[in-house]
Amino acid sequence: MDKLLQYTLTGFSAGSLYALVALGVVLIYRSTRVLNFAHGDIATLATFVSFSLLTNRYSFPLALAASLLVGAAVGIAFYFGVLVKAQREGANLLGMVILTLGLALIIQGGVVWWWGAEPVSLPFPISDTKTYRVGPVVVSQLSIATMTAGLVGSLLLYLLVQKTRLGLAMRATSENVMAAQTLGIPTRMVLSVSWGVASALGVVAGIFLAPALLLDPFFMLDPFLKGFAAAVLGGLNSLPGAVVGAVILGVAESLTGAYISIQFKNTLAFLIIIVVLLLRPEGLLGKEFKERV
Amino acid sequence: MDLIESYAQDLRFARRSITRILLGLLVAALIALPWVAPDHVVFLGTLIALYSIGVMGQNLLIGYTGQISFGQAGFLAIGAFAFGHMRIWGAPFVVALAGAGAIAALAGVVVGFPSLRLKGPYLAIATLGFGVAVYQVFVNWEMLSGGRSGLSIARLKPMLGLTSTQTVYYAYMLLLAVFTLATYNIISSYVGRAFVAIRDSDIAAEVNGVNLTRYKLLAFAISSFYTGVHGALYAQVLGHIEPQIFNIGESLTLFVAVIIGGVASIEGSILGAAFVLLIPKVLSDFREMVPLKARLYFQLWPFR
Repeated sequence: MDKLLQYTLTGFSAGSLYALVALGVVLIYRSTRVLNFAHGDIATLATFVSFSLLTNRYSFPLALAASLLVGAAVGIAFYFGVLVKAQREGANLLGMVILTLGLALIIQGGVVWWWGAEPVSLPFPISDTKTYRVGPVVVSQLSIATMTAGLVGSLLLYLLVQKTRLGLAMRATSENVMAAQTLGIPTRMVLSVSWGVASALGVVAGIFLAPALLLDPFFMLDPFLKGFAAAVLGGLNSLPGAVVGAVILGVAESLTGAYISIQFKNTLAFLIIIVVLLLRPEGLLGKEFKERV
Repeated sequence: MDLIESYAQDLRFARRSITRILLGLLVAALIALPWVAPDHVVFLGTLIALYSIGVMGQNLLIGYTGQISFGQAGFLAIGAFAFGHMRIWGAPFVVALAGAGAIAALAGVVVGFPSLRLKGPYLAIATLGFGVAVYQVFVNWEMLSGGRSGLSIARLKPMLGLTSTQTVYYAYMLLLAVFTLATYNIISSYVGRAFVAIRDSDIAAEVNGVNLTRYKLLAFAISSFYTGVHGALYAQVLGHIEPQIFNIGESLTLFVAVIIGGVASIEGSILGAAFVLLIPKVLSDFREMVPLKARLYFQLWPFR
């Protein structure tokens, strides 16, 4: 029983990181209908910015803020500089996927060029060896921080989307761009905000993930794919679905590792993707999508 | 482009005589290459030939049928390990090659089933998931992959008094020619027209009597057959395979080759394959001009 609780808690901790990634993927998908394959790489770049600042003895809040800014700026710049032009030319889905892939490869190359391919460790102020005992389970400082970050990130996004005028504009734009434009919403500005916020969420995930792993130019690939899987599980156009999917995935993964097979723990996410897509392509909380010729 | 007046004209392989002459010159140059060029150039030609086959398969799927797949590395791995095991059990080269292709094609049909219900981004994700899942299964299942030490594969024996490099070069160029002709025949047959119809609008294609289930699965089967053969040929050239070779980077390389070479173009597939293999080489020849870190990166590129 204690083991079950312990592993569920670990799963929640991983799940909250997947949730941050998944929220970004969903936010971009439902506003611009683009699958952003550069999501993980933007986070990697921003995490390396943090690494540089922290090793030069800048304070953690400053490094975090700088990373968030860099991540958001790259997202917004990509939206304005590339995507708007491509959409004006009438790029189809394949074209836009290729553009984000191109961005991903460019960022990867840039990160390897600037910081090298050697793994480094991020000097992080919160330790993952200091632990607290809560009832029957043990929880590390880092995993508390991770869960807090996931919760705060999701809450802030919820408040932004549901309680502000900007959020209303975002929802209107993702529902129907044409109608939103007619009603005087500056859709391009709103969509660029979506890109910026989504990228920043990914950056938070990257920074809280880095201390648990070593930092190398490809460290976000796996979490990005998991976040992707979580987004599919919850429904690609549903923000609450992303969080639910991420938590389910995190816990399921952790329990698989504990009770079934530690080696195939990572494969689970991809099995889930394929099974979900076959049985219920719109995801757990997503709306059914219809198609016309 | 000159005017095409009849269907038979459209089907003709090289329409103008100048094209035929140039084609003849190209073939002659490729045959002469091993006698004039150093071994590493011949080896590069071999690599381009085998990559071209995989890129062509990927192009049949993406370019002609319009189904996005990010899971090609999975088929590569399946082809390579199937080939490796069959060679170890003593199957002759050609039999093992066909077997590797067939097993990959079977996997392709299984992956193709989601394509009946999914499209666009959803299919891209499903295939991406397949590619990563296959990679992890091979990494973790030591019986299949030979574990950390990988699988050693018998090389092709030198034949007809040629050196080993030359034998492999000619064998692969021959295979490339066979696959190129086969691809031309596929796309100008009923099957190819059905693929293009599905790409342009699958509902309209179905209304016009194209059996969607059959042709989507067939597209996946053919494409993964090509990719499986690519994997097998690659394994033979490397002589030693481990699952880490077939990671997501390899899927992306094939994808990029299709896009750069040209979507829905056979010659483009070959050029795309040449591009993704030559660019890292060209850049590493100018290594003094690139900082050290980038140099390492480009050298590792195909194996990352």
